[in-house]
Parts: sequence; structure tokens; C-alpha cells
Amino acid sequence: MTVRMDKRFAAVKAEGRPALVTYFMGGDPDFDTSLGIMKALPGAGSDIIELGMPFSDPMADGPAVQMAGQRALKGGQTLSKTLDLAARFRETDNDTPIVMMGYYNPIYVYGVDKFLDDAIAAGIDGLIVVDLPPEMDDELCIPALAKGINFIRLATPTTDDKRLPTVLKNTSGFVYYVSMNGITGSALPDPSLIAGAVKRIKGHTDLPVCVGFGVKTADHAKAIGASADGVVVGTAIVQQIAGSLTKDGKAGPDTVASVVTLVRGLATGVRAARLVAAE
Amino acid sequence: MNETPKPNSFRSGPDEDGRFGIFGGRFVAETLMPLILDLQGEWEKAKNDPSFQKELADLGTHYIGRPSPLYFAERLTEHLGGAKIYFKREELNHTGSHKINNCIGQILLAKRMGKTRIIAETGAGQHGVASATVAARFGFPCVVYMGATDVERQAPNVFRMKLLGAEVIPVTAGNGTLKDAMNEALRDWVTNVEDTYYLIGTAAGPHPYPELVRDFQSVIGKEAREQILEAEGRLPDMVIAAVGGGSNAIGIFHPFLDDAGVQIVGVEAGGRGLQGVEHCASITAGAPGVLHGNRTYLLQDHDGQILEGHSVSAGLDYPGIGPEHSWLHDIGRAEYVPIMDHEALDAFQVLTRLEGIIPALEPSHALAEVIKRAPKMRKDQIIVMNLSGRGDKDIFTVAKILGMDM
Ligand SMILES: Cc1ncc(COP(=O)(O)O)c(C=O)c1O
Repeated sequence: MTVRMDKRFAAVKAEGRPALVTYFMGGDPDFDTSLGIMKALPGAGSDIIELGMPFSDPMADGPAVQMAGQRALKGGQTLSKTLDLAARFRETDNDTPIVMMGYYNPIYVYGVDKFLDDAIAAGIDGLIVVDLPPEMDDELCIPALAKGINFIRLATPTTDDKRLPTVLKNTSGFVYYVSMNGITGSALPDPSLIAGAVKRIKGHTDLPVCVGFGVKTADHAKAIGASADGVVVGTAIVQQIAGSLTKDGKAGPDTVASVVTLVRGLATGVRAARLVAAE
Repeated sequence: MNETPKPNSFRSGPDEDGRFGIFGGRFVAETLMPLILDLQGEWEKAKNDPSFQKELADLGTHYIGRPSPLYFAERLTEHLGGAKIYFKREELNHTGSHKINNCIGQILLAKRMGKTRIIAETGAGQHGVASATVAARFGFPCVVYMGATDVERQAPNVFRMKLLGAEVIPVTAGNGTLKDAMNEALRDWVTNVEDTYYLIGTAAGPHPYPELVRDFQSVIGKEAREQILEAEGRLPDMVIAAVGGGSNAIGIFHPFLDDAGVQIVGVEAGGRGLQGVEHCASITAGAPGVLHGNRTYLLQDHDGQILEGHSVSAGLDYPGIGPEHSWLHDIGRAEYVPIMDHEALDAFQVLTRLEGIIPALEPSHALAEVIKRAPKMRKDQIIVMNLSGRGDKDIFTVAKILGMDM
């Protein structure tokens, strides 16, 4: 784990609550607005930032994240600009962990070694690359771990006990449990099922387990946070951004503020989570 | 690349991780991983199961109509004045193209795996029709994802799929073509992973699809090899096929790969020319990248974003190519060349008038390359071309381009 990631999970644990992990798409709807959103996230209560790397063909994403990626690409976002976004954020915040999330092709085309060096220079703590399962670890996971960047793996309902050790083997930072078989933006499944799955995963690892896919409201965050070490919110934030844009898809006057409002609400949710668990 | 050592056999790939050299692999979301490992296991068993092979062969004979003829195109040969031209008549198969060979094989696998629902992507609609056909024949519900642009330009096939009981879902993302349909099919699959079998229509996607689609399509090349030996007492000098995702091409190429004297030529869609982005020549004008589960040559920009491409033929309108072709290209065993939209349209008309065969626009690309090459070859040389499909589905597109009233 990077020091930042370690410290952050330790800190929220000391507060007796799960971490709030927030996803947004880098460059949506434009670089400057996106940087504004990123800078505002920690103050609104986000503990860890997932920075989306736009890709033309996001096969595991629903319409909301697809459209966010399209807006970002249309606004001229590239992988090198997304790295730049992180670097600019780091100028004023050296504590909030940043995890870059996306698909492999832009990284492959950028060049794996160059990407990892630039990611370290930009202050990146971890990577989530949707289309790199453990069978493809030689591509990016092993080189990333060798350079000290976390490689955060997704575990899903299809990851049974037989497969979990394979998935966990080279995972670091945290485990991202995908709450359902499906794409981002789907409805949240029954929290008690999720709690069972988290428990099952924790039987195989000491890493924190964060849960995402389908978490949209403070109540969801509270319910999921009762069992998980972290709650990931993505589509709700991306939709909030989409809803704040002008008719021609440009940043609106309230784009950053509306994200802040949403994240504040979610932050109260995670802070109430363990109270429920204790009840 | 020249430094790549030549293998002892060109037919032994992929390795156990699904790689052909650096190409292929399993670049999928974790949700799908257990499933494609299951599929691989099931395929290993089925391959060596005589009862599976027998059922496949029986359906090939009595349902598809195999073997398809190898036809000597006498008038075209005379017209071009060079090499003797033979067509492998896959357009005579049930449903009108080679796509059915793969669909019959995969539906038997789906049945073995206990799946209860079939999904497929389609470009020209030939694979969609073939999928809907086998789904009807075996009693599965079937959902076909098809780009909205293709729904429009391949209307007859959309109607056929609906008649066969399939649900056709138009995909409006991107340019509304094959790539977008494939994204949407993958999204359906991760959502319905427990009961759904994804019947991929070409020799691409994550391992084991490129291998198993190739194996099901290799019946084309196996028959063609026997038929040409029977007809001419020797192997051809050249085998030519059009390449979309690459299934009809790898199907006819594969059995000839270790025959050193046989030149192998794949024809990509050159669209409106290779200068801009209005083509689908992934090998000729693309670069290696990762999409839809495998590493292969792709049309993409400097940032690794996939480009949409263009071809007059919906079945070739795909920015990638099956990984085995990328490998065959890099090691120099096969050659890949582009043919422009207008050349394919000319070839379409030549064949129609000279041989009384209306070809699909996809193999019309291969034919255009034959028309270029045959006159430069000796009369005792032989070309075998895969006539992968018939043109009924394309008559509206062609009429529109030629300005004819229907
Ligand atoms: C008749 C025909 N030929 C060729 C193709 C291209 O596909 P592939 O390259 O997989 O053979 C298609 C695709 O729809 C087709 O319908």
C-alpha cells in the first residue's frame, strides 16, 4: 500500500466508520471544471478519490458513465491530461489517495512503463483497470506493484471461493466488491446479500473491502457501510454533473456546488453507518 | 515484424492463455472471467467428444447443407484471362452465409453448458440471422444487438430475425455499427452472466472465442482443400477471403497455413480510402491495442480511443480484426490488403453479370482483389476465394448507391 492509502484507511477506521470513495470522470465536462470538482471532493467528505480515465468503449459501464466519458473526450480529455489533473490536485492536497479507474487500451497505447512513471510523478496511489483480470497480471499489475502503485482488483458475485484467492493474490490497497453482476448505474441489490459477500471476502484477506455499483443515496451509503470498509459512489455523482450542465453540455453555474451538496449528503450516510451496525 | 522466429507449424496456436504471439488473451471484466474459463473447459471436452462431433457433422450435412460446393468460375476466369478462379460457395449454406457454421457449433456448446438464453451482436445481420435460426431450432430465446445504422441498411435481415422469433435491439451509441453492438452485447452478458450464452459471431473476443470460432469455421478450408485436390490434383496458389472480424477468412485459411506454396491473402475494407478515418483497414492502417477482450490491430487515435471506421459493407464495418490474423500478419504468413467501397461495388456487378451469382458486399471485397490479381497470374495457376455470403441482404444498399429504383 502507498503511505497515503494506508494512513487514510487507518484514519477512518479510528473514526469507527467506513471510507467514502467518490468516482468522477476526469475531464467531464472540461478540464478546469473537473479540477474544480476534484479539489472540492475532500472538503465535502470524500476520503478517497477515484479518477475516471475516459475511454471510447467502456464495456462495463452503463449510460451515465458512458456519456460522461463521451463528454470528456469531446472536451479534449486525454490520458496525459487526466494525469495532469491528478498532478494539479496534488499541488494543494497531499493526503487524499487517488485511484485512477478505466480501461487498459489508453494505458497500453501510452506505454505501460511511461504511464507508471508519470502516474507516480502525478501522485497516483492506485489503479483499477476493468478489463485486466488476474490472468492478465503481467500486463500492468506486476509492473505497477513493482513500482509501488496499488493494483485494486474487482471481485464480483461470480468470484466464488475457489476463484477468490486468484483474484486476491496480487491485489493491494483495497478490494473493490462489485455488488452485482452488471454494469455501473444499475439498481442496488439487497444490502444483506452484500454484507454476506463482504464477510466471505474478508475471510480470505486482511485488505479493506469497499463496495460499489448501485450506491446512490446517503441511505444506501449508510446501509452498505454497515458491513464494508468503504462505500464507492460513481454514477450518482456523474449524473449530478450531467444534470447541472447547460443545454449545450457545458459546465453550468452550479456544477461544482451541486456535486459538493451530493457528496456532503453521502458523507453523512457513511458517518451514520456504524451506528446502524451497532444498533 | 521480421525478428519474430517462424514457428514449426502455423496451426498450433493459441497457447494456453489464448495468445497468438502478443495477440489475443483474455481482457475482460472479472464478472466474465469464471464464465469464459468454463467455456474453455467445456470446449476442450466437446472437441474430443465423438458424440458432439457427430451431432455437429450431422447438422452440417442435413441442416446447413454441407459440404458447400467448390465452383470453377469459368466465365470470370475467361474474362480476367489469368489464373483459374474457384469459389467456395458458402453463400449456398442455410441462411446464406458462413456464419451458420459457427452458430451451430456454439449453440451445441450453450446446450451442453445448460444455458437458457442466447445473445449475439451483428453487423450485416448475417450472424444475427444465423443466431436467431439456431436459437429457433434449439428452442432458446434470443436477443440480437445491432447498431442502429446497420438496422437501417440491412432491413431485410432485421425482418428475418424477427420472423425467427429473436428480439432485435438497435444500439445508438457511437456510429451505431458492429463495435457498438458488441459493447452492448458485453454489457448484457455481464448483467445476465448466470443464464446467458454469448454467441460471438466472429473469430475475435476473449479466449477461447477466437479459437473455437476458427475451429467451427475451419470446415470451410478443410472441404476446400479436399475439393481442390480432387478437382485439380494439386493445392491452389492463392487463397483469398474478406476480413471483417475474420471468421470466414480464418476458416478457409487455417487448413492451408502449413502448405508453404499457398499464398494467403486477407482483404480489409478500404472504405473511402486510407488517408482519413473512413475505412476499416485495421491491419493496413491500424496499430496494436486492446478491445473486446483481445489484443489485436485496431483503428485508434494517439490516445488509444477507438475510431469508428466506415465500410459500405456492414459486415466489414469493425475497427478490429481477430487476433490470429494480427499474428499471421506480423509473422508474415498472410498478407492483408485494402479494397475500396467502389471497387467492391464494381466486383459485385461483375460477378452478378458473368456468373449469375449475387454476392454479399463482404466477399465482393475479396472478389475485387481476385479481379486485380488473376490477370497478372499464369493460366495454370489457381485461386480459391471464399464466397462467404449471398447478396440478397445488400440489394437495397446497392440500389441506393447505383441510383436505381426498386
Ligand atoms: C457474408 C459475410 N462475409 C463476411 C463477413 C465478415 O465477417 P468475418 O470476417 O467474421 O467473416 C460477414 C459479416 O457479417 C458476412 O455477412
